[in-house]
Amino acid sequence: MSDPITQAGTPAPRSGDDKPRPGMSERSIGLLGDRKKARLDELARASAADRGGISLVRDAVRRLRRNPVAIVGASIVALFVLMAIFAPLIAPHDPVQRFDELTKNLTVDTIPGASSEFPLGSDPLGRDFLSRMIYGARQTLFVGVLATLIGLALGVLIGAIAGAFGGWVDVVLMRLTDVMLALPSLLLAITLVAMASRSSQWTVIFAVAIVSVPIFARLLRGSMLAQRESDHVLAARALGVKERNIVLRHMLPNSLTAVIVQATLTFAVAILDAAALSFLGLGDPDINRAEWGLMLGVDGQRYFEVRPELAYYPALAIIVVALGFTLLGEAMREAIDPKNRR
Amino acid sequence: MLRVIVRRLLQLVVTLIALSALIFIWLRNLPGGPVEALLGERATPERRALLTKALGYDQPILVQYGKFMQRVLTGDFGNSIRTGDPVTEVISRAFPATIELAVAAMIIAVGLGVPLGYLAARWRGRSLDNLTIAGTLLGISIPIFFLGYLLKDVFTQNIHWFPPSGRLTTGLDNTSVTGFFVLDGLLTREFDASADALWHLILPAITLATIPLAVIVRITRASVLDVLNEDYVRTAEAKGLRHRTIRGRHILRNALLPVVTTIGLQTGALLSGAVLTEKVYNWGGLGTLITDSISGGRDYPVLQAIILLAALVFVVVNLLVDLSYAFIDPRVRVR
Amino acid sequence: MQARRLKTAVAIAAVAALAVGAAGCAESERDGGSGEAKTGGTFIFAGAGDPKNFDPIFNDDGESFRPVRQMFDTLVSHKPGTAELQGGLAESWEHDPDGKVWTFKLRQGVKFHDGTPFNAAAVCFNFDRWYNMKGAAAQSQMIYYMDTFGGFAKNEAEGAGESIYNKCEAKDDGTAVLTLNKYKGAFPGAFALTSLSIASPEALKKYDANTVTQSGDSFSYSAFANEHPVGTGPFTFGGWDKAKNEITLNRNPDYFGEKAKVDKMIIKIIKDESTRKQELRAGTVQGIDFPAPADRKALEGEGFQVINRPAFNILYLGINQKNPKLKDLRVRQAIAYALNRQQLVQTKGPGGAKVADEFMPDTVLGYAPDVQKYEYNPEKAKQLLKEAGAEGLTLNFYYPPDVSRPYMPNPQEIFTVLANDLQAVGIKVNGTPRPWNGGFKDDVQQFGKHDLHILGWTGDYNDPGNFVGTFFGRGKAEFGDQAMTEMFDAIAKADATVDDAGKKAAWEQVNKDIAAKWLPAVPVWHAPPAIVVTKDVKGLVASPLTDERFNTVSVSK
Repeated sequence: MSDPITQAGTPAPRSGDDKPRPGMSERSIGLLGDRKKARLDELARASAADRGGISLVRDAVRRLRRNPVAIVGASIVALFVLMAIFAPLIAPHDPVQRFDELTKNLTVDTIPGASSEFPLGSDPLGRDFLSRMIYGARQTLFVGVLATLIGLALGVLIGAIAGAFGGWVDVVLMRLTDVMLALPSLLLAITLVAMASRSSQWTVIFAVAIVSVPIFARLLRGSMLAQRESDHVLAARALGVKERNIVLRHMLPNSLTAVIVQATLTFAVAILDAAALSFLGLGDPDINRAEWGLMLGVDGQRYFEVRPELAYYPALAIIVVALGFTLLGEAMREAIDPKNRR
Repeated sequence: MLRVIVRRLLQLVVTLIALSALIFIWLRNLPGGPVEALLGERATPERRALLTKALGYDQPILVQYGKFMQRVLTGDFGNSIRTGDPVTEVISRAFPATIELAVAAMIIAVGLGVPLGYLAARWRGRSLDNLTIAGTLLGISIPIFFLGYLLKDVFTQNIHWFPPSGRLTTGLDNTSVTGFFVLDGLLTREFDASADALWHLILPAITLATIPLAVIVRITRASVLDVLNEDYVRTAEAKGLRHRTIRGRHILRNALLPVVTTIGLQTGALLSGAVLTEKVYNWGGLGTLITDSISGGRDYPVLQAIILLAALVFVVVNLLVDLSYAFIDPRVRVR
Repeated sequence: MQARRLKTAVAIAAVAALAVGAAGCAESERDGGSGEAKTGGTFIFAGAGDPKNFDPIFNDDGESFRPVRQMFDTLVSHKPGTAELQGGLAESWEHDPDGKVWTFKLRQGVKFHDGTPFNAAAVCFNFDRWYNMKGAAAQSQMIYYMDTFGGFAKNEAEGAGESIYNKCEAKDDGTAVLTLNKYKGAFPGAFALTSLSIASPEALKKYDANTVTQSGDSFSYSAFANEHPVGTGPFTFGGWDKAKNEITLNRNPDYFGEKAKVDKMIIKIIKDESTRKQELRAGTVQGIDFPAPADRKALEGEGFQVINRPAFNILYLGINQKNPKLKDLRVRQAIAYALNRQQLVQTKGPGGAKVADEFMPDTVLGYAPDVQKYEYNPEKAKQLLKEAGAEGLTLNFYYPPDVSRPYMPNPQEIFTVLANDLQAVGIKVNGTPRPWNGGFKDDVQQFGKHDLHILGWTGDYNDPGNFVGTFFGRGKAEFGDQAMTEMFDAIAKADATVDDAGKKAAWEQVNKDIAAKWLPAVPVWHAPPAIVVTKDVKGLVASPLTDERFNTVSVSK
């Protein structure tokens, strides 16, 4: 699967370089992982470029509101989240209940289609497909959000430590994340699943989460480093604020803008990777759980010829939601990019 | 300089040894595994004991690891538990398949992506541009195994344009020289085999190319847009240079640098996609090998070798990157 | 320079386009060519997995047996399409009243692929080879030999029993006499086991067949097993191209039986079931094994021949009596009543599946016509649970989510349906998925960590001992009760009965008691696995034992 950071709009200078002009510092051609780093560092610097803080966010929101791409993305995301939250109210039936009306005509090679009571017909076990699709939003959100949050938490921890302390701590932690960053993401996830003693929903969430740890770590560290020398931190230090408080109160909040943007993009990748793991037979084994990736990767594949809708609808849902998060994330990134503030 | 290299090499060795020990011990502490896989439903306690003994799993894990390292030092990575083939042979058989697929995908991605990106940038805001952007967004949002499934269904089942799976028509004789079937056909002048291999390659390569294609289009477009705004391009235009000259000398040359970097980076991402694509098209490469050796009873020797190989490649690449910095960037060299 | 690179890319694309065109042409020529082939030709069949190797004795799985069966023959064979016995390399056989001395009258004039003659000495060479096999590596891989004979001249495993093999004598060229220490119900069916195929003694010696080397934690097999398998079968070995996943078999012009109709057979290994089907549709293979149950009807509709093998397997819901609540027969019966097996068969059973009442198919000797049946009855289940004081029971239900077996094409769905039924009568089910090769069988068969599980079996030969004996013949962690000695004794006695009538009666009684008195598990279904060929393929006879011999197959256009 792809990585959100590589899907970016504009080229970036190399990490640590303070040359502003893109295209000029691109001397290290073809270095693996370099591009990824560069993009992250740029994003990190963007959010911490000037004084940061409220005005930046306000500025960005103002620009977002005018951007149709952002509006489309945000609407998709909002709809998806609403559907997830209110699934029990929207769904006509219980997603795990098997209905006699459906099982009556169900065989291994015929799956009942739409009827007035079951608008999308049956799933392979005689359950209401529509309800499962609606509840699927909830489970998919759950997997995506948790994977993103875990990746975020670990990444922030590593990045914050590296950024705050600098020195050899920084060197060791960053070398570690560099290697992780260079590994192809799905391969890393597969390896992690293989190394788990049993597969469950949690192995999937964790495997997908780990993939994004180095991204967040690198991002946060870059942002922190950029702030260490910035005016407001220097001012705080001069006023005698404790180092810990500087990190927690001043540096971390300012870095979060970039992190939130990245998290939005990571979410899209997380649900795509979860679906890919299901397809490879390494996903969540519990088919009672209505999750789009699982529905697509297992039932959608197995019953593709009997009822292709079992693949089409979850696939469409995944594509739309991934698209929504990507649009929103990229619009947000553009909004906080200082270059666009000219 | 030499000291740096020696130090890094030593680091490399230590890292690999630590990693191999970790993987070795970790894998063997997982439930199930080769004994379970080899016995199937026919396991009895005696049989399990005999096989455990025969495979040497009854010995202390450190002894097992010691023996493993001893053999590795002589270049012997063991044999696949399932087939009994030497692991080196198993991997070198799968390797060309994956590379062939990845190269084909990259050719498609670059060959289509750079011109598209350039055109989109030149006609920014026009319908071609919008269409291209929409396409790239879709390209990165679609689960690639699903795309593969759709392509396969349409082009092999509904209209029989392409073969559904594999690398060569069954029963077709070809001489294997390098393991790259398209190349082999050319080398041995078995042109029909070459064409046949190419014909099998197209759908998987297109599937695998979608994500890098989308990324390359976007990077090219953005990069060309940046360059178009540069002073030197405007100067060139003001000087009245021919469009062709401007395009070739000024825009493309400068804009393509970040694109080339991206291509390097996407190579890693291609391997991820290859796992899925290979499964969809029954393509006997490294991706298939990895998933098979996980689900087919945790083929320890194969898994170990693949993970170590991957680690080795990345550590070595990292080392080369560091060294190349030293050559490219004089500041590092001085230090 | 960049522009030049672009040009190169364009040129490559153009070449690619041309090549596609050329490939298209090549394809159409190929089609034209096969149209003229009336006799001979090539039969391409898609198998579902890699074989291990081709030495029959070291194999125990269907994917290895498929090619082995084309190259080797057994002393006794099966009537095509059934599990009944008929002559193979031995034209006839007889045993003494104790069932200990077996005399085989061998077919005359049979030659191995290498030209050496098949005779009684060759038969005995094979038996002696198996019995005298040395080394833990080799012995550990002789699963079926161990099943049948129970031990070696010198056992490498502690706890392995004494072999029931005594000796084999070549009385004359055409008569081999096998002496056993003890009779076993498995005979003569076991002589038809593919693992016990007769190989050429010369080739075994020449290619060092007994050497199974252990390299680290894995085995590697001899040249005989990998490159030079030599038997008497209708096909000879052509090679295994592992890069292309193709096994080539050539017609044996000197075969003693019906000579192969095709010149060449290729077994193409395609692990993914939906890809096998797509290759069949694309016309690149002429037959596939194990189509997905969901695809069978569609394939039939498109004119393919979908052949259901008669079901020779069983899927059961195992109950572990280590859990004291499950030791109560009423609770186990409640579980049986709670399951709507008829509905499971209808909704998820592959075409032709049947609800199982006993642990063996009705074609096996000793199938009782009248055992206690457990029709779906949730009320009765609740009532039984109440009587036993086991309301609010919580059970750990183990299942393998990642595998497809002929008797269990989709364990995830089967589990979900069965668990649903159990929940409906108030049993709380704790679904516990474990990978097939990642702990499921170990947890269930070795450690007995489960309360319930699904598992099954495909029979090897027509003998009740091969089904019921395997499951319930002795105390196992799988069912948790080492103390059901009554059941073990009854099975041992039935297995030791030599005369057919006595044997039949004894096994019928065992089956009745299992259903009514012991109920160590609940039989779920018999599910026929299918095989599909194009309409141009003639002469394929599907076997309940998946023992298909492809010499009778011809491909016409």
